[in-house]
Amino acid sequence: MERTAATATSIWRITIGAAIALVILAVLPQLVDPYQTVLLTYGLIMAIAALGFNLLLGYTGLLSFGHSAYFGAGAYLVAFIMRDFGAHSMELCIVGGMLGTLIIAATFGFVCVRHTRIFFGILTLALSQVLWSLAFKFFWVTGGTDGIRVPYANLTLLGGLVDFKGSGSFQRFIYAYYYYVLALFAVSTIIMWVIAHSPFGKALQAIRDNETRARFVGISVRRYRWIAFMISGTLTGLAGILWVPLNGLTTPDILYWPFSGEIVFMTVLGGFRSFTGPIVGAIAFNYLKTYAIASTEYWQLLLGVVLVILVMALPAGIVGTTARLAAKLRRRTK
Amino acid sequence: MTILVIQILNSFFYAAVLFLIAAGLSLIYGVMRIVNLAHGSLYALGAYVSAWIVGSAVGHALEGNLGLAGTLLLLPLGAVAVAAVGAVIEPTLLRPLYRRSEEYHLLVTFGLLMILEDVMKLLFGRTPLSAGQIMDQMGSIPVGRLMYPTYNLFVVTVGIAAAIGLWAFIYRTKFGVILRATSQDRRMAAALGINVSRVYVQAFAIGCFMAGLGGAVVVPAQAAVLGLGIEVLILAFVVVVIGGLGSLQGALVGALIVSFVRTAGIQFFPEIELAVLYLIAAAVLLVRPTGMFGRA
Repeated sequence: MERTAATATSIWRITIGAAIALVILAVLPQLVDPYQTVLLTYGLIMAIAALGFNLLLGYTGLLSFGHSAYFGAGAYLVAFIMRDFGAHSMELCIVGGMLGTLIIAATFGFVCVRHTRIFFGILTLALSQVLWSLAFKFFWVTGGTDGIRVPYANLTLLGGLVDFKGSGSFQRFIYAYYYYVLALFAVSTIIMWVIAHSPFGKALQAIRDNETRARFVGISVRRYRWIAFMISGTLTGLAGILWVPLNGLTTPDILYWPFSGEIVFMTVLGGFRSFTGPIVGAIAFNYLKTYAIASTEYWQLLLGVVLVILVMALPAGIVGTTARLAAKLRRRTK
Repeated sequence: MTILVIQILNSFFYAAVLFLIAAGLSLIYGVMRIVNLAHGSLYALGAYVSAWIVGSAVGHALEGNLGLAGTLLLLPLGAVAVAAVGAVIEPTLLRPLYRRSEEYHLLVTFGLLMILEDVMKLLFGRTPLSAGQIMDQMGSIPVGRLMYPTYNLFVVTVGIAAAIGLWAFIYRTKFGVILRATSQDRRMAAALGINVSRVYVQAFAIGCFMAGLGGAVVVPAQAAVLGLGIEVLILAFVVVVIGGLGSLQGALVGALIVSFVRTAGIQFFPEIELAVLYLIAAAVLLVRPTGMFGRA
């Protein structure tokens, strides 16, 4: 459980901790090679997705098995905006993509929040697969399994101030894009932290812990869940938007349901009962997957075993387990 | 007219396979309240093992030694193998989790799915495996102006036999009574002296057997490829959602609805054929979350 930061000292401690983490993340690309920077960018992007996802799982108590829909919708919308409208500005793509994802999340969420537990999971899954099958079948629009190319060279950042034409552009893109993603990651994290600790966030947690009591207190449960669903989907959409120029290509794979499973996986890996869990989990998962793929053909087997062990032995995830160990140590030293 | 008859036969063939998969999924949910995300992979495993057994048996047997009946009898071995895998999975991976919330059930079976997919890649390689010789040996029968593979009709028969067999097993035998009692009230069943752990292993193994059997009967008609299970799982979900999670009749009716809609879809609206199925599932969940035959 996230301990509530009621006192001013703990808010200070969190601010200082976050500032240190941000400084480390900002300095890191200067110290490591470009490949590591790219990996970290992917990690931060997935962290945004997992943060959004966890507003539903960790704070509202709803397990969505269809978050690939919003990630994929964001990615495809960027591809459409760049290909069909000839846009170059990343900011335009972000605004357009997030608006589109919001509409999809609002529609799907309106339907899904009518149920909880396993029915919610299956409903989100079924609806996400509608999008997948459309991307898969309407190949003259979406490119089918070939997907749509989204070349970074066509992109400009900060309203056209930064472009990637000419020689050495890839190197420049990697570094510029890292800081771009880092900034959006920081903003997303702050927004999510504020939401999670606002009266609205407290209401979501009340719904999670006891729906009947929450209703008696006067919380309109369904509407709160719906709003949480929209925020969650849109933030995951932002991750998809940021992901696609870096990947250079969007395919139906990111709409397919096993990708939703990966988002759940990374959140649980970090620990869904804490605010920082999804962030740590997403970055760790990204490294884990990359190295598993690089080292063995049977990387899925490896990840599957990790997931099973995690669920059996460490259900609190990395952050939860570390916190418990730290608490035990502190008690012993006292 | 001939085309229509053939399409109807195709729908029944498809429904038989889907029923076998969905019945297992539904049985497992009905008894232990676990939504098994690895169920499709167990189906794929059944397909791979059966194709491999038939392939190697035909390769090793002397010419003419192994008749059609012989190879047909080898097919269910894949299902038996999957049941054995299920009997190992339940006590080791699922039993510790019954007291925990549903999220963990989904996660552990998702982990199992990843493991099974790669184990199949490891054991059987990347090349598709098929037992097509069975289909060739059975020949075809004339339907109007066209020929229709006899094997497909055999699969429909297997599906009907499985439906009747499973129904008789659950509603007409003592074990069926125990199974239903455990599914309705686990603690009361345990208090009455039923060994619930053993019932769970058996139920899970039977569910896996059904999935494996689905794979086994499909592999002479359609090769086992990587990713087969991931694709089919969602369709099986659609079936049980329409019919009602945990209901046998539901699995049967759901399988029929899905296969007929899908056959019509491929004929008339191929682009949105899958989307329509998922939307039907979503609509059923909205209007009647327990499905057509499910109970809350």
